[in-house]
Amino acid sequence: MTIRHHLSEPLLMAYAAGSLPEAFALVAASHLSMCDDCRAALAGYEAVGGAVLEAGDAVEISDAGLIATLARLGTPEPRSPMPVRRALILPVPLHDYVGGDLAAVKWRPIGMGVRQSILATTGGCSARLLYIPAGQSVPDHGHRGLELTLVLQGAFCDATDRFGRGDMEIATEALQHAPVAEAGQDCICLAATDARLRFTGVVPRLMQGFLRI
Amino acid sequence: MRSVPPGGKVFVTLEQAETDWVALMCRVRDAQDKVAFAALFRHFAPRIKAFLMKSGASAALAEECAQDVMATLWQKAGQFDPARASVATWVFTIARNRRIDALRRARRPEPEAVVWGPESEPDQADVYAVAQENRRLGVAMAALPEKQRALIERAYYGDLTHSEIALETGLPLGTIKSRIRLALERLRHQMS
Repeated sequence: MTIRHHLSEPLLMAYAAGSLPEAFALVAASHLSMCDDCRAALAGYEAVGGAVLEAGDAVEISDAGLIATLARLGTPEPRSPMPVRRALILPVPLHDYVGGDLAAVKWRPIGMGVRQSILATTGGCSARLLYIPAGQSVPDHGHRGLELTLVLQGAFCDATDRFGRGDMEIATEALQHAPVAEAGQDCICLAATDARLRFTGVVPRLMQGFLRI
Repeated sequence: MRSVPPGGKVFVTLEQAETDWVALMCRVRDAQDKVAFAALFRHFAPRIKAFLMKSGASAALAEECAQDVMATLWQKAGQFDPARASVATWVFTIARNRRIDALRRARRPEPEAVVWGPESEPDQADVYAVAQENRRLGVAMAALPEKQRALIERAYYGDLTHSEIALETGLPLGTIKSRIRLALERLRHQMS
């Protein structure tokens, strides 16, 4: 698996800083689970956080604070065992939200064979899984804010490029696109957005309230 | 309060750079050494408290959370990996997660864990290199223009959105990235 489309530097920094809304953080954590390049870059941005902490001010904590903390120290957790590498379609953080792998997803049809499953996140942004049958297109749409899409299975293409498993598409207001799932395998994506999509067609617009997209 | 020299902040003082936090952390991890823990507490807890206050916590909440963070450091010491992060970086990630939990009351999705097995100790050369890279990063940040450094600090206090974070930070992250990349590759190789 070669990942060609990655998290951007500002997104990595925001994830390292802990300021991404939960839905975007879920996409970031899922991509990071699949991409060692981004994981290494994240470690760099976390090191910046360490440097900020180290160089920042210090506000006095009394000895009573230390004594209280010492009093509550228990037995440390044993060192983590080797992780069991499971062949999952859903990366581990996403697996935790769904409560299982692909078979556990509760899909809802939204027309033309496309299915979605909305994931519970807080912070004003939404995250959903999308199932697009091979060869099927998603209606032409623009974006009011930011939309992050991570491919989990299959691939899709739009005017900008091809996106396969592990690839991220970062769509801003400048992008108007109509993604098409590649023939051969149904495409499954994780998508998060901080605003509602802007469809050009009348029917998709009418359906928007019902679909919650 | 730590004394701050006139004209700005010092990112890494000689004294701090020479204290071997990794050695203290390993004593906590391997021997549950409370003296080593107290030394780490005296250095890091006041910084965590200040960091959380800058992120918008009251002094009381910040102190409570700083104690939580230090208790977590003890509890999860077995996860500390000096070949992948400095002690300050590791403390920062725990403090960040505590902030998300306490201040934003949100969940923090984390990537799948990549951990060293008990039988594979991290390479000492990696441990040394990570410490070197962090030192260089600290020096580079101290040399940044005040305005740019203030912006980076605000980003880490959780004060900037992802779209407000500028792309060009001028930080020498390339070497850190390639170091971590190598450590990950070695680890994946061991596991396969």
